[in-house]
Amino acid sequence: MERTRETKSQELIRRLKYNKSAVFGLAIVVILILCAIFANFIAPNSPTPSPPELFKALKPGFWSEDGIEEMPLGADGLGRCVLSRILYGARVSLTAGFVAVGIAMILGITFGTIAGYYGGWVDAVVMRIVDIMFAFPALLLAIVIVTVLGQGLDKAMIAIGIVYTPQMARIIRSSVLYIKEMEYIEVQKAIGSSDARIIFRHVLPNSIAPVIVYGTLMLATAILDCAALGFLGLGAQPPIPEWGAMLSKSYSYIVSGAWWAATFPGIAILLSVIGLNLLGDGLRDILDPRLKT
Amino acid sequence: MKWYITKRLLMLIPVLLGVSILAFSLIRLAPGDPAVTIAGEHASPQVINSIREKYGLDKPLTTQYWIWLKQVLRGDLGRSIVSNEYVAKEILERFPNTIELTLVSMIFAITIGCIAGIISASRQYSVFDYSFMGLAIFGVSMPVFWLGIMLMMIFGVYLRWLPISGRISMMISFQRITGFYLLDSLITGNFAAFISSLRYLILPSVALSTIPMATIARVTRSSMLEVLRQDFIRTERAKGLPERMVIYKHAVRNAMIPVITVIGLNFGLLLAGAILTETVFSWPGIGRYVVNAVNMRDYPVVQGCVLFFASMFVIVNLLTDIVYVYIDPRIHYG
Amino acid sequence: MKSKLFLVLLLTVGLVFSLVSAASAENILVFGSSGDASRLDPGDVTDGESIQRMDNIFEGLVEYEAGSVLIKPCLATSWEASADGTEIVFNLRKGVKFHDGTDFNADAVVFSFARQYDSNHPYNQYGEWAYWGYMFGDVDKMEKIDDYTVKLVLKRPNASIMTSLAMFTVNIVSPTNAEKYKEDAFKHPCGTGPFKFVEWVKDDHITLEANENYWRERAKLDKLIFKVIPDPSARLMALEVGEVQGIEYPNPADFERIKANKDLVLMSQPGMNIGYMAMNTGYGYIDENKNGVRDLDSEPLVKTPGYFEPLTKKKVRQAINMAIDKQSIVDNIYMGTAIKAKNGMPPFMLGYNDEIEDYPYDPAKAKQLLTEAGYPDGFEVTLYVMPVSRPYMFDPPKIGEAIQSYLAAVGITVKFYQVDWGTYLQETEAGNHQMCLLGWTGDNGDPDNFMNVLYGANACSIGAAGNYAFYTNNTVQELLSAALATYDEEKRATYYKKAQEMIHEDAGWVYLAHSTQNIVFRTNVKGYVLNPTSRKFFYPVWIE
Repeated sequence: MERTRETKSQELIRRLKYNKSAVFGLAIVVILILCAIFANFIAPNSPTPSPPELFKALKPGFWSEDGIEEMPLGADGLGRCVLSRILYGARVSLTAGFVAVGIAMILGITFGTIAGYYGGWVDAVVMRIVDIMFAFPALLLAIVIVTVLGQGLDKAMIAIGIVYTPQMARIIRSSVLYIKEMEYIEVQKAIGSSDARIIFRHVLPNSIAPVIVYGTLMLATAILDCAALGFLGLGAQPPIPEWGAMLSKSYSYIVSGAWWAATFPGIAILLSVIGLNLLGDGLRDILDPRLKT
Repeated sequence: MKWYITKRLLMLIPVLLGVSILAFSLIRLAPGDPAVTIAGEHASPQVINSIREKYGLDKPLTTQYWIWLKQVLRGDLGRSIVSNEYVAKEILERFPNTIELTLVSMIFAITIGCIAGIISASRQYSVFDYSFMGLAIFGVSMPVFWLGIMLMMIFGVYLRWLPISGRISMMISFQRITGFYLLDSLITGNFAAFISSLRYLILPSVALSTIPMATIARVTRSSMLEVLRQDFIRTERAKGLPERMVIYKHAVRNAMIPVITVIGLNFGLLLAGAILTETVFSWPGIGRYVVNAVNMRDYPVVQGCVLFFASMFVIVNLLTDIVYVYIDPRIHYG
Repeated sequence: MKSKLFLVLLLTVGLVFSLVSAASAENILVFGSSGDASRLDPGDVTDGESIQRMDNIFEGLVEYEAGSVLIKPCLATSWEASADGTEIVFNLRKGVKFHDGTDFNADAVVFSFARQYDSNHPYNQYGEWAYWGYMFGDVDKMEKIDDYTVKLVLKRPNASIMTSLAMFTVNIVSPTNAEKYKEDAFKHPCGTGPFKFVEWVKDDHITLEANENYWRERAKLDKLIFKVIPDPSARLMALEVGEVQGIEYPNPADFERIKANKDLVLMSQPGMNIGYMAMNTGYGYIDENKNGVRDLDSEPLVKTPGYFEPLTKKKVRQAINMAIDKQSIVDNIYMGTAIKAKNGMPPFMLGYNDEIEDYPYDPAKAKQLLTEAGYPDGFEVTLYVMPVSRPYMFDPPKIGEAIQSYLAAVGITVKFYQVDWGTYLQETEAGNHQMCLLGWTGDNGDPDNFMNVLYGANACSIGAAGNYAFYTNNTVQELLSAALATYDEEKRATYYKKAQEMIHEDAGWVYLAHSTQNIVFRTNVKGYVLNPTSRKFFYPVWIE
């Protein structure tokens, strides 16, 4: 068992190497994670200087002669370094993404496994609930949950986690249904293994592939949705350097000529989401050829 | 066939009921007294009492739900706290704006998405293929609100080509009939109004169409590739039909089937995207309405919009399924 | 075939992208507003957006001279006050008609007033009449004497009642119209003013057109449209391309750009306002007898819901005053569209105390004061941040964030609390806040309209407070009451100056700025006059 898994992961790496776009995606994701971890070492300035340096407000970056040297990407409306805030923002966005997807995974795997493994009325009930949740556009459902819970980054993460649960549950369920019919599961049942043992030892480990693939893709949309909530003022609250919130605070300066404060956070969102999407697509091609679109 | 549609319609009932329960619980889950939540915190005790009576708030939850559901089915979604206007009426006023925006975006997305997908598939591994698919990955990863801002900046602020907010130029006198500006201006033969409203539509709908356009392009491409590998295409080719005929006459028709599902699904995403796009472009639709309502804690409005969006979404999915059955001869509607 | 198609396509694209908008022979002014009106009933509105629509549809008995707060006749041709000042008789203008054709007469005046103060009036239920309670609490009733004479009866003499009567709250509405639309009358405004209502497309625009039967000369504009463009940059863009001819609340960051554009004119005037951060000092009273005055014997001080130990200490409040660099906020956030404030009323007003020395920006001293007060490590405090821009504070969230960073430097952690504007006012009036951003725009130019409303102990009534620091200093209140009862201006001024000294010492507020009011028009828009009250009248305006 152990050995096959090792070869599997070796094979994964080998095949990933041949998928150029996946490698590119992986590179972006790795850079993103490094930025997030080492933000306090890389960032040239504090993301929330105290007391604030208001006199630097809306100063341009390296491309201009009026720029401030230590702020290569310019300053925002409160004189804070845009680059530093983006770097710290990676930490915020990644954490939010991971927590949200984590919540979706825990809930989704629980419900999906129960529904798929036991079938019958349990399955019917769980899947109807999933259907109902699918009747809402994801962002709208997240907004509704935030309306009830209140605004804030923590609540936005929970909301997004809940919104993604049905998707995860559906994926797990279909994978469980597939595995359940396999012969060795029948054998396990025949020799009297308990349900819990079968689920944890045999069913779940075999559902890992779709969880990884969809987890990665979900991470991309989670970051996007979290930024969207931040943009609408329902997510991260100041002074947290969250990309979506940074954008919404500074896009009114575009007309005044200060385009940088709104442009760069958007690029950061775009690049991270592209990275995760490319990686997710690549992983899907390798791990789950059945799902290839 | 009829049986399939009936069955599909019957399946809708539990989903719609669930949606209504969710919308109903929105107000009960909100902190505080539901009567105050519905009437607003400025409301006088008389108003709060009348609300309590109207919704039977002293009765058990199930009874409350029935009372509420009956009102909803009659089209009574309550009144907005902020404007004191009937929510259903306010939604209907804004509804054409959102639909016009989403429809135009969808047309953009389908046309360009399908063409790009077909070209990519028919010239797999060509420069076109790589660049289209490269753009598509950008498209699906795009934060719509940021794209909207960038479009505003480039085409509105710097180039000054297109207006950046609003529905139609205020300098044009214009008579609204249906609320769909393009349609109304055509009905009244008001060419200036037509051009003007089209100008106002371009940037928001381009922003909004990006994600579905990219998705449609990707699905069209992979679906085309699959069809092109199939036997009957090989037969056609073997028969000596020109490649163009093969692709446009036979392959495309078959490849469109999965694309339709994706279009249906994307319509829902488009409604969600409209929330962001409308906010960026100050578009007077339901998306902006619901965002304002959330910020104002106008719960009856949020509830009404939730019901409305979810019902739209469900109905569009239903229509997609039905169209799918009509088109795809392989499906046996069991 | 193909080339023809291409040509048509090119033509369409060309048309779509062309900047030429159809020139119109009509004199139309489109004004870019920052938000939509909430209601269109002058008695029932409190927000600037609704008010600016009302001011062009409705009129009152008296009005302000253009650009000032002096009173002149409008729908009343003359008036006479009784010797004790508790009764004023108005002679009404004859031959005036409402937009729906109804005659303007004493019945209309009584209707417009009585529906607000008389809870048994059949139309009382259709509004909340917030401003009435605020400004007209001294009014007992309005009586009809004959068709063109009415009498206003006051409960007690009030020297500022005439200036208050020029406010939108007591504009005259058509009774027939109210009867026709009942609870929906607020969507169908009908007054006697220079413009009449045409349509209201929610969140988009409100169209008015010239009243052809106006009792004065017809307005020069044919149409007046208020278009809602919430984002200040989008508003400016629309102005630059000529989609709108005027805008309010331009972004201070755009002033250079506006001044450089010879098609645009920026009109500015010192505003009659104050923007501040109030710190809840802890105690208010419950106004049992609803008279807006604290009865020292029967109405004891009670803790406000937002009572917060550190802020009850004077040293802490002074420390906060010293921890915030107000000059930097004025220079970089207000961007020079305001002057730094040290007192709670505008410098050009009677009784302004210029001898007061403002707290300096001195974080080290602030830290020391905090240590002396027993908070060497600071504390965590909640700041209510306004969700809307007001004339006295352009961008509250940004100012809130700046204050947050300043206070972090002396160890105070600030958390934000944001709600919709209506709830915000209600919660702060009830004293739920620990600290809040707020401000005031003067209604009538009298110092009492700042000092007594904002800083007196009487204004600390929980649930209806105007004194958001809940600064219950009885000596200050005595000074303010004495000032209101005095007609000798010099004496009045000394009272106010003394009060300001005490207010400064106790430091319940961080006074931030007095903003200028700004409005931008295209150069061909003529005749607009700025008003100190920030109200917007388009009657004299025309487009060249």
